[in-house]
Amino acid sequence: MANTKEHNESLDFVYDFYVKMKRNNINLAYEGEITHQITKAFTSLAETDMAREEDPSSVQKKVFHVMVECLQNISKHSEGNANESAKDGRGIFMVSKAATEYNVTTGNIIKNVNVEKLRSILENVNKQDKDGLNKLYKQQMREGTISDRGGAGLGFIDIARKTGQKLLYSFLTIDNVNSFFVLTSTISRIKE
Amino acid sequence: MSVIKIQGTDDTPTVTLDKENNIFEISGRSLPEDVVVFYKPILEWLDAYKEDPLEKTVFDFKLEYFNTASSKLLLDVLLKLEDISSDGHDVLVRWHYPDDDEDMEEAGEEYSEIVEVPFEQVPYSV
Repeated sequence: MANTKEHNESLDFVYDFYVKMKRNNINLAYEGEITHQITKAFTSLAETDMAREEDPSSVQKKVFHVMVECLQNISKHSEGNANESAKDGRGIFMVSKAATEYNVTTGNIIKNVNVEKLRSILENVNKQDKDGLNKLYKQQMREGTISDRGGAGLGFIDIARKTGQKLLYSFLTIDNVNSFFVLTSTISRIKE
Repeated sequence: MSVIKIQGTDDTPTVTLDKENNIFEISGRSLPEDVVVFYKPILEWLDAYKEDPLEKTVFDFKLEYFNTASSKLLLDVLLKLEDISSDGHDVLVRWHYPDDDEDMEEAGEEYSEIVEVPFEQVPYSV
């Protein structure tokens, strides 16, 4: 550390960060590039943790599934931000655990020009009931193709139907080029 | 014809395609880094097989987990089997799922509604 003042500020930041994570029951937080290795590491960590917590296997599988789809969304759709020298495929990823539910939250940069398209996809997913989601999934599986980035366009639909919950999302405008997209998926820990 | 035998890992399934010994199976976990690359040789093998298939093909799916990108490629595999069936050959898909895994059971039902090929749901206890 260069000097005491900087050190104290850094200490305050770390402690503040620690307290906030504790208060929000966050047991995993990451910012950076989402690679296949990272996806494997995080899901394996969560599996070990959930097995120890003795969550029902159906809950464990759903959390695993949602984590995989959310991580792949970032790695495939997050766009770089030239101003902050951020690269494609980066974002923030968090998992929180409360008494009755798990929350998986992702945040990543997308271009403003793509916001409306993404919003309408999410709105469409959120207005479907279980049958509607199943129909949409089947239709997309039959008619869709795997994109250059390796996505099948099925992630949001499947998160919604596997969790049985609406997707929570918002867009924060960063500047006239980029927005920050936040998505939270909730998985109930109580077996249906 | 050649045999495909791929040993599964924590993110790729075990695959056996062996015409001579009448074994056709995909099992384990499927979330490969690149689904298209992983499934390409499998689909190509089925294209060749479909030219001269066995009188009866029984294809076993016994998956623990697959991601959505894999679900699309699994459909492509099933569509090859549908082609064989519609050419007048006997095909049976056996979809094995853990008896406590409703999502995997429903995934099998869903595929059986999409492809026109005889489909059998086979629960197993874990």
